[in-house]
Amino acid sequence: MEAMNVFASRLFPRENRFVSGHRACQGCGEALAVRMVHQLLGRNTMVASATGCMEIISSSYPDTAWSVPWLHVAFENAAAVASGIEVGLNILMEKGKLPKRRITVVGMGGDGGTSDIGLQALSGALERGHRMIYVCYDNEAYMNTGIQRSSATPFGASTTTSPAGKFSPGQQTWKKNLPMIAVAHRIPYVATACPSYPFDLADKVRRAAEAKGPAYIHMFASCPTGWRMNPELAVAIGRLAVDSQVFPLYEVVDGRLHLTHPVREPRPVKDYFAPQGRFRHLDEAAVARIERRVREEYQRLLERDGQILF
Amino acid sequence: MEERIGMESSIAIAEVVGRCDVDVVAAYPITPQTHIVEHLSEMVANGELKAAFVPVESEHSAMSVCCGTAAVGARTYTATSSQGLALMHEILFIASSLRLPIVMAVANRSLSGPISIWNDHSDVMSDRDVGWVQIFAENGQEAVDLTIWAFRLAEDRRVSLPVMVHFDGFIVSHMIEPILMPDHETVRGYLPPFEPLLRLDVDRPVSIGPVGIPDIYTESKFLQHKLVVDAYQPIVETLEGFGKYFGRHYHPVETYRAEDAEVLLCTMGSLSETAMTVVDRRREKGHKVGLMRIRLWRPFPFEDIYRAVGAVQTIGVIDRAVSFGGPPGPVASELKAAFYRKPQQPRLVEFIAGLGGRDVALADFERMFDVLLSTRKTGQVPPPAFVGLRE
Ligand SMILES: Cc1ncc(C[n+]2csc(CCOP(=O)(O)OP(=O)(O)O)c2C)c(N)n1
Ligand code: SF4
Ligand SMILES: [Mg+2]
Repeated sequence: MEAMNVFASRLFPRENRFVSGHRACQGCGEALAVRMVHQLLGRNTMVASATGCMEIISSSYPDTAWSVPWLHVAFENAAAVASGIEVGLNILMEKGKLPKRRITVVGMGGDGGTSDIGLQALSGALERGHRMIYVCYDNEAYMNTGIQRSSATPFGASTTTSPAGKFSPGQQTWKKNLPMIAVAHRIPYVATACPSYPFDLADKVRRAAEAKGPAYIHMFASCPTGWRMNPELAVAIGRLAVDSQVFPLYEVVDGRLHLTHPVREPRPVKDYFAPQGRFRHLDEAAVARIERRVREEYQRLLERDGQILF
Repeated sequence: MEERIGMESSIAIAEVVGRCDVDVVAAYPITPQTHIVEHLSEMVANGELKAAFVPVESEHSAMSVCCGTAAVGARTYTATSSQGLALMHEILFIASSLRLPIVMAVANRSLSGPISIWNDHSDVMSDRDVGWVQIFAENGQEAVDLTIWAFRLAEDRRVSLPVMVHFDGFIVSHMIEPILMPDHETVRGYLPPFEPLLRLDVDRPVSIGPVGIPDIYTESKFLQHKLVVDAYQPIVETLEGFGKYFGRHYHPVETYRAEDAEVLLCTMGSLSETAMTVVDRRREKGHKVGLMRIRLWRPFPFEDIYRAVGAVQTIGVIDRAVSFGGPPGPVASELKAAFYRKPQQPRLVEFIAGLGGRDVALADFERMFDVLLSTRKTGQVPPPAFVGLRE
């Protein structure tokens, strides 16, 4: 473990760009992921943020948790705003109105701001080919407005608008596969990542920054508040998600799929569900049904590992 | 140097946007705005204009991209109409709150439903309160001139607000007119390079667009209101400056044969030109009628209105939009509100006319003046009327 710490501190620059003092809940996995991403990306970065937990907790005027330039416009348009920043910087540099240098442009949003209301803006920005990174921080519901379901909420999860009840098992649809939607845009780099696997995450953020066009990172972001879970499990739950095959870690580089942390002997899905209140109502049959689907999907990924997807 | 040419207004507007050294155009097509952005993208493709053209996937993203480009200090232009403006609605408020000096042409068009591509002011009126400076051009020359001016005003550091230049769809946008086109050097002589008030800069990082808690929200809105109100002085100054430089003079409110008028008709946009013809006819008959044209819509030019109306006791207002179930004319209610601040109010006759491209003919104006003259005589104000309504 000690050797790991030495390695990690070399991998992660010391300086934070998303600094402490923000108002995230205790054990917020999303805030942790944001901090890691921006530690890695460094100072020459500009951020366009969607409305959502991360925007609210980091920018209550007159305070800010951001030490890199940061712009929030609205909920569904972070990808469009980021693309504007990229276009603006490029043309000003081209016209000699700004000194030429490499600035990494980052768009960020939650799963709601990305896979639902912001999907169009994201698709437009990816299709136009802007050199920018878009990070979707997926905590699997609209947390900022009080844990409502999104299209990224997993099957069976109870949220405030997909409540488990006598006639409902909670969320009744399967999670939208957003990273593969990003892949379908044939952009140079797509990855899934999880802060519980920091080295994997660091590699992917670096590769995204080097990509010559749009890069999309789908980030697992645990939310103790919304998942009704003990905050001290924020990191452990990410490991369980990956190790149970619920959240596969992979990247798609110029169309080629690569499982960066293949899990061949998965832990039972129920181990991942157990600490979370949002799944507590599920009976064994429901968990088994979900597990079958998780295994099938993972198997498909394993079969396509190393293949070109587009 | 200026050259007199015959040109479609939209093409002339696009040409002059190029001569304003714009850095970014982000736009989405909608009739009747299309010719402007088509021509701009052509200029970029041909290398005549060194700018980025961003063919976004919606107007919502057009305005969002504009926010991003303006925030890094790029001179930013877009254009839209009708449904496109409505789709931008949410972001318009944010662009002004963030004080991003974006310039946008709005080729005014009716709103659905039923879907209608033709001209009226329902798009403008539903975005009255978005915190932008809004000005009306009545013809192609004015649209060209006010586009140049809009960049100057928007980027004035006392103002730093986005500006909408309104003109009537088709009637102005698609008209081929003789236009005095200033050349590139002439425009440059008037329009200094853009020096933004605040920009995203990695060497001086700032957070733009934070959360406004109740403790500061009221103050921020007070300041925003004051900013738009106070934009009036820079507007008048820069319009004067424009007049001195180019020799074409514009004012927040303009009148036509209003000096000794007993009744005034109030118009906005291209209808004014037809109205003038009828004013001339009436004057020949000895009727003391005149015209008041509101050019500046936001900030609302209260003092200019009071001055233009003077002692006139009967005013007619043509509205080209409807506030359903409301007063119903948005411009008329604005005028009523303005005069409510005064000890005495003129009689105000409301006309709704020219909706969804319905022609407002000379005969319609004749009838409106008849109503105004009889109102003046009897003192009886008729209820609001839809002009030319087929029963
Ligand atoms: C157009 C619009 N619709 C709805 C909202 C309300 N809203 C703000 S944040 C949010 C949920 C955000 O969820 P997500 O994107 O998943 O981010 P999280 O808070 O979970 O990190 C919603 C619904 C809004 N701000 N704007
Ligand atoms: S609600 Fe969840 S995502 Fe939002 S700040 Fe709290 S823990 Fe983080
Ligand atoms: Mg969420």
